[in-house]
Amino acid sequence: MKLTKTLLASTALTVASGTAFADGHMASDMTLVSWGGAYQASQQNAYVAPYIENNSGVTAVWDESSAEAVAKLRAMNEAGNVTWDVVDVVAADAIRLCDEGLALEIDADEQLAAAPDGTSASDDFGDLLVSDCFIPQIVYSTTFGYRTDLVGDTPPTEVCAVFDTETYPGKRSLEKRPINNMEWALLCDGVAKEDVYDVLGTPEGQDQALAKLDTIKDDVIWWSAGADTPQLLADGEVIMGSTYNGRLFAAIEEQKQPIAMLWDAQVFDLDGWIIPTGLSPEREARALDFIKFATDTQRLADQAKYISYGPARASSAPLVGQHAELGIDMAPHMPTDPDNAKNTFLYNYEFWADYRDDIDAKFQAWLAQ
Amino acid sequence: MAEAMLAADGTPLKRSLARALRRQKLRALMLIAPLLIFVLITFIVPIGSMLFRSVENEMVGNTLPYTVEALAEWDADAEPLPSEDTFQAMFFDMFLAAEAKRHTRLGTRLNYETTGLSSLFRQSGRQLDDVADISYEPLEDFDAAWDDGETWYALMNARQTADDALMAQQRARVAALTDNETNSEVNFAPDAEVAALLPLAAREYTAWAVYVATQDGRDPATRDPWEAVAPALLIDLQTADLSGYAGPEADRLRAVQAANLPVANFVDAFVDMDEDWGTQVPWETIQTHSSTYTSGYFLNAVDAQKTADGVSWQPEDKQILITLFVRTIWMSLLIMGSCILLGYPIAWLLANLPMRKANLLLILVLLPFWTSLLVRTSAWKVMLQQQGVINDVLVWIGLVADDGRLIMINNQFGTIVSMTHILLPFMILPMYSVMQTIQPSYLRAAKSLGATNWTAFWRVYFPQSVPGIGAGSILVFILAIGYYITPEIVGGTKGVFISNRIAYHISSSLNWGLAAALGSILLAAVLILYWAYDKIVGIDNVKLG
Repeated sequence: MKLTKTLLASTALTVASGTAFADGHMASDMTLVSWGGAYQASQQNAYVAPYIENNSGVTAVWDESSAEAVAKLRAMNEAGNVTWDVVDVVAADAIRLCDEGLALEIDADEQLAAAPDGTSASDDFGDLLVSDCFIPQIVYSTTFGYRTDLVGDTPPTEVCAVFDTETYPGKRSLEKRPINNMEWALLCDGVAKEDVYDVLGTPEGQDQALAKLDTIKDDVIWWSAGADTPQLLADGEVIMGSTYNGRLFAAIEEQKQPIAMLWDAQVFDLDGWIIPTGLSPEREARALDFIKFATDTQRLADQAKYISYGPARASSAPLVGQHAELGIDMAPHMPTDPDNAKNTFLYNYEFWADYRDDIDAKFQAWLAQ
Repeated sequence: MAEAMLAADGTPLKRSLARALRRQKLRALMLIAPLLIFVLITFIVPIGSMLFRSVENEMVGNTLPYTVEALAEWDADAEPLPSEDTFQAMFFDMFLAAEAKRHTRLGTRLNYETTGLSSLFRQSGRQLDDVADISYEPLEDFDAAWDDGETWYALMNARQTADDALMAQQRARVAALTDNETNSEVNFAPDAEVAALLPLAAREYTAWAVYVATQDGRDPATRDPWEAVAPALLIDLQTADLSGYAGPEADRLRAVQAANLPVANFVDAFVDMDEDWGTQVPWETIQTHSSTYTSGYFLNAVDAQKTADGVSWQPEDKQILITLFVRTIWMSLLIMGSCILLGYPIAWLLANLPMRKANLLLILVLLPFWTSLLVRTSAWKVMLQQQGVINDVLVWIGLVADDGRLIMINNQFGTIVSMTHILLPFMILPMYSVMQTIQPSYLRAAKSLGATNWTAFWRVYFPQSVPGIGAGSILVFILAIGYYITPEIVGGTKGVFISNRIAYHISSSLNWGLAAALGSILLAAVLILYWAYDKIVGIDNVKLG
């Protein structure tokens, strides 16, 4: 404890003494943290490669730890040795990191690029700036895909098909956590969309959602990694399953699997950057410089060439073009495309920040029964 | 009485011997010192400090020191709400915490106990400025000098005698809140006379000065204090007797006192921020969980909870952890048992085949051992799933119908099969090394004395191989009990272990206290079983090689 405090004090001291003459000095190494796979590759292509081209001498290293980012950052912070410069996290994690004082607060208009037409960054991102520390990057959705050859002659068109085991017999895959599943269960149990979180906030509502899930419990394979559902669908283990829309895009368009998207009641979520607190002024300056470049209008639009996630800036949407390798138009594959977004749901961050542990305990107890 | 024996140099032999022995021991200790220090620093200390979190609960008292003090006298059964003073203490505690960005962290901590407190703290933190402005804006409108940091500094800074106790107290308060040192130089000391006259304002101003000087590295003399000093000053002026005061800003203070400027009613202000503050729930939670050390995490770890009325069980639909503990232990025993059954013949074969063939077989045992754990687990997925290799073969040879494929994964069966496979080498290797040392001549002797094959094996061979079984069992059992990845991937809902919950609380819910309590219980369970094993079988009978 003593050692940690001394370490912390000395870092604080260097930070304090450093600010005075840090202007213009930026560290030449960056450690970027992301999710690995196709998503990280899209970031490398759209942001990092051009950034390094513009700033010769800068090197960037990837760390594929985003899934454990919150716990690791907390541990790093306690040890007084933060080794990450820019971290890609989902919005819910960004809110928690901000709450814990582990992420730097960002003034969007000061520290991020304005849109080409002069719209300020805070207007361009709009409501997607869900936390003071969070710089949104993409909009993704958790939605269902189904096997076109295993669902009979009438393919499902709405999310409640998941609960309809008579018309669509077979297994389904759902994520092994309450978030999203509870909402879908209530929606399909007759709760109006605008009332879902009010109902879910009550013990009776939670029981109602679990009771609805109970009707298909024997038909569900629970997943914990985003790659599970595409694999289960490809193997024919399940006839439909939820996962991130980009994973389904890859299975459908890149691997040509007989899978189709069921966009109904897709749940929008955000992914973006945070900068950890406790960096030296040089590293912080570099991180801010990178973030400003990487989240400008053109860069966010460029990312959509490599992966089917929607750019978080309103001004990027018209610039979305074709897939870099497949040459297909990307706009119809975006979760935000008007055709896909007829019936959508927005992840309620505030609600889940409060109820996550409580409902998760109930959910896990229900699973174990 | 016989004379004591003397060594050659004249000292008593006993002492001389003891000295030589001590020197030897010291030399031995020096030899192992690097390893000992290494283990201590990299293993014992981190694990100890992690486990310590299961009882540590300083955060509530560190973040809300005055609230906790004021709440101590509140009796929830007698009074519907805590006193106005408690709300007032809460305001000043929260204000400082919000400036230091610590209130949300406390909200997260208390949300583990009572759902809803996380957003209550986060949202209230944003509105505290509005409450302060109820006093701050009229004060500033009344006399613009109060908007100027220099007025405050002139009033508060020590002239003849400084209030060192107050200074030390506020240094400690900021240090506890921020977890940082606050020993650096602060260009401010509270004036003893003003501190006696305006205790609350002096306290809050000093806390602010310590904070900006030690945390932000700024000079309080030239900065404007936080808005919270305004309500503090107005509260003090409601009762302060200024007649004897002749220090700086005396006229201004008298004018403000005469003007009778508004102070927020803190009860109303908090209820306005969020109506939950008008209920007993958040206050009871803070009161119940304000002690420096808590048994709360351990209670949570066994499906109980600490409430204002004492210890009670969790609601039935949230009880899961005891189930998981029991399941983890019996499934680990089952996995250990199947490893013994499968491993024993292989180890016997290894020990009795000619060298060259035995080596080949040993490589077959070791090859999967050297393959990544994830790859092996995923391979089992391919084998066991309903559209997988085994089911396909069974359907092909007609043993099961196509629509009646067996469910062998995402349940306990899947976990047991894949973990048995993964842990098998840990059973085979110690058994093999023990069996290698068993002389074949013993068996031959038994048979030549008339024993049947079975008797020779059971009475002569088997007892000699027991140390190998013991070593393998301990290894496999202890590894199995802490397994996490394999149950997560193939365990489905009924095949997951307690470690999966520990992982959830470490990386997802960030409830490290509960994770530490679960880990401590698991560690204790292993130690008890080890102790029992030592009593029953004897640890001397274990041979790892």
